[in-house]
Amino acid sequence: MAVSITSTPTRTRLSLGPIQYYWQKEKIVDFYRSVEATPVDIVYLGETVCSKRRSLRLRDWMAVAERLKSVGKEVVLSTLALLEANSELGLVRKLCTNGSFVIEANDMSAVQMLAGKTDFIGGASLNIYNPGTLRKLVGMGLTRWVMPVELSKGVLADFRQEMPAAIESEVFAWGRMPIAYSARCYTARAHKVAKDACGYCCIDYPDGLMLSTREDEDFLIINGIQTQSARVHNLIHEVGDPVSGIDVFRISPQSEHTEQVISLFDQVRSGALDADEASAKLEPLAPVGVCNGYWFNKAGMASCTVVGGR
Amino acid sequence: MELVCPAGNLPSLKAAVDNGADAVYIGFRDETNARHFAGLNFNDKQIEQCLAYASSHGTKVYVAINTYPQPGNFAKWERAVDQAAEYGVDALILADIGVLDYAAEKWPELRLHLSVQASATTHEAVRFYAEQFGVQRAVIPRVLSVQQVEALVNNSPIPIEVFGFGSLCVMVEGRCYLSSYVTGQGPNTFGACSPASFVRWSETDSKLETRLNGVLIDQVNKDENLGYPTICKGRFIVNGETGYAIEEPTSLNTLPILPDLLRIGVAAIKIEGRQRSPAYVAKVTRVLRAAIDACLRDPENFIPSPDWLSELTSVSEGVQTTLGAYQREWQ
Repeated sequence: MAVSITSTPTRTRLSLGPIQYYWQKEKIVDFYRSVEATPVDIVYLGETVCSKRRSLRLRDWMAVAERLKSVGKEVVLSTLALLEANSELGLVRKLCTNGSFVIEANDMSAVQMLAGKTDFIGGASLNIYNPGTLRKLVGMGLTRWVMPVELSKGVLADFRQEMPAAIESEVFAWGRMPIAYSARCYTARAHKVAKDACGYCCIDYPDGLMLSTREDEDFLIINGIQTQSARVHNLIHEVGDPVSGIDVFRISPQSEHTEQVISLFDQVRSGALDADEASAKLEPLAPVGVCNGYWFNKAGMASCTVVGGR
Repeated sequence: MELVCPAGNLPSLKAAVDNGADAVYIGFRDETNARHFAGLNFNDKQIEQCLAYASSHGTKVYVAINTYPQPGNFAKWERAVDQAAEYGVDALILADIGVLDYAAEKWPELRLHLSVQASATTHEAVRFYAEQFGVQRAVIPRVLSVQQVEALVNNSPIPIEVFGFGSLCVMVEGRCYLSSYVTGQGPNTFGACSPASFVRWSETDSKLETRLNGVLIDQVNKDENLGYPTICKGRFIVNGETGYAIEEPTSLNTLPILPDLLRIGVAAIKIEGRQRSPAYVAKVTRVLRAAIDACLRDPENFIPSPDWLSELTSVSEGVQTTLGAYQREWQ
């Protein structure tokens, strides 16, 4: 059941989302060095979860961005998803006026700073739920949107009927999904301290901290002020499917195996590997299993069987 | 400082009006609003009665159309906007950019408020909605400390409404998928968190349990009380320890900081709870009315009366209250 290469639109691209966790500077720098040689087309950089995490300063991020650009990657700088303090607005403003790289706006503050001034990408936390919203943002300079993770294949198909053809649709295709954001830091809470006294404890959890039910079911991931799905969202079966409507497949970095994940997505894209085979290789790389329920308009944590591997 | 009270039905609306609400907020009987529960909210005839009662008492009526339509059902939200506009309500409370755009174009004279579900937490985000759609007031998520609310109020181009009492969303409103992750239905898409159809209460030999679509949310001994299974108020295991990893069952109560909210220029205080009983609405409205009036009379010496506090605690989740994110230690 090989993938038909001819039916794969040439514009299908792979992106690497921003690192959602708090890693040491060396780990981040090494990570992006290794990304240079991968077949990923687009790399999103920056801290999107907590402004207290400062392994890299803006100039460090810019240096990483320049290196990736020099090896042919499209580089995008991502903004914080939840802003609370004026100092955080200042950080976002600096990003938005960097002058070199496109911005992924992850909240409306960033959109306000970019609208009408420069093209931008609308992140998954912008709440673009219908084409009317998308068109309005396109009028302000949006060129690509990342679909909210809780929306389905059917919704994307409906969008495609009503959206400008030049606009790219990106979908969260591999990784632990962002499920919620809060003022409270749950990693700090697990350590019985307040956020202001967190001691940067999230650095000890490079893939987040597991929250399980009292029946020991792996349920959610605590990642500072962000909550994620414990299961990895896996849309490998949509790669190479011309009707999926996905222009860009986003892979979310994890502390290990990200290069392998990128490679498997790329092999399916090129037709070198069947999606079923790729999925069999991918699933062990997910720390506690995979899910794809949202894509099939079900509970996000559900795992629906994809027949035929396409 | 305006007092904005919830009404899930006509008796609640009357309770709010009779006990001193400056405004009440309501929703239609469908998924166009964020309290889409069976038996709750208003159909056409009830809305007319509601408007008649409120206007005869000088109370404003706001209609929440604050969920996120999808491509296939956008027309339903358009109809809701048109209907509310035709009734001549005092304001719409909207979240979705597409819906805001529609309302601003079609009903330019209609007053628009930004719903908490739009997740606007900064003056730049608020400015976006004010400039693009002429929004005249923004309700802000329960994520800011008092100092941050003050900074927002000072820099915002439009007045700010905050939550003053009620069930506490600990996640940023409008961006919480906990319910949809477990059930497929959540606040943004369905207008409800932990929909009742997915809730199971069960009993083992010694325990009571609540499950949401099969996921164990909490478990207590038979002599204890078991709360409604919202995921953020459940008990889970983190690093080997079982407890309320996200938040305990508790309600937000801002009476202790009322003078601060007044001083920094908050335009309105909202009470949560369209899903609650008329008795709840009456009690909370009465207490908040008395507290706001006392605070306006003499903010310097305002101290919440023990009676007010105990009345509010008695209707709170888990019979306890918190200042939530307003207080940095909570965060």
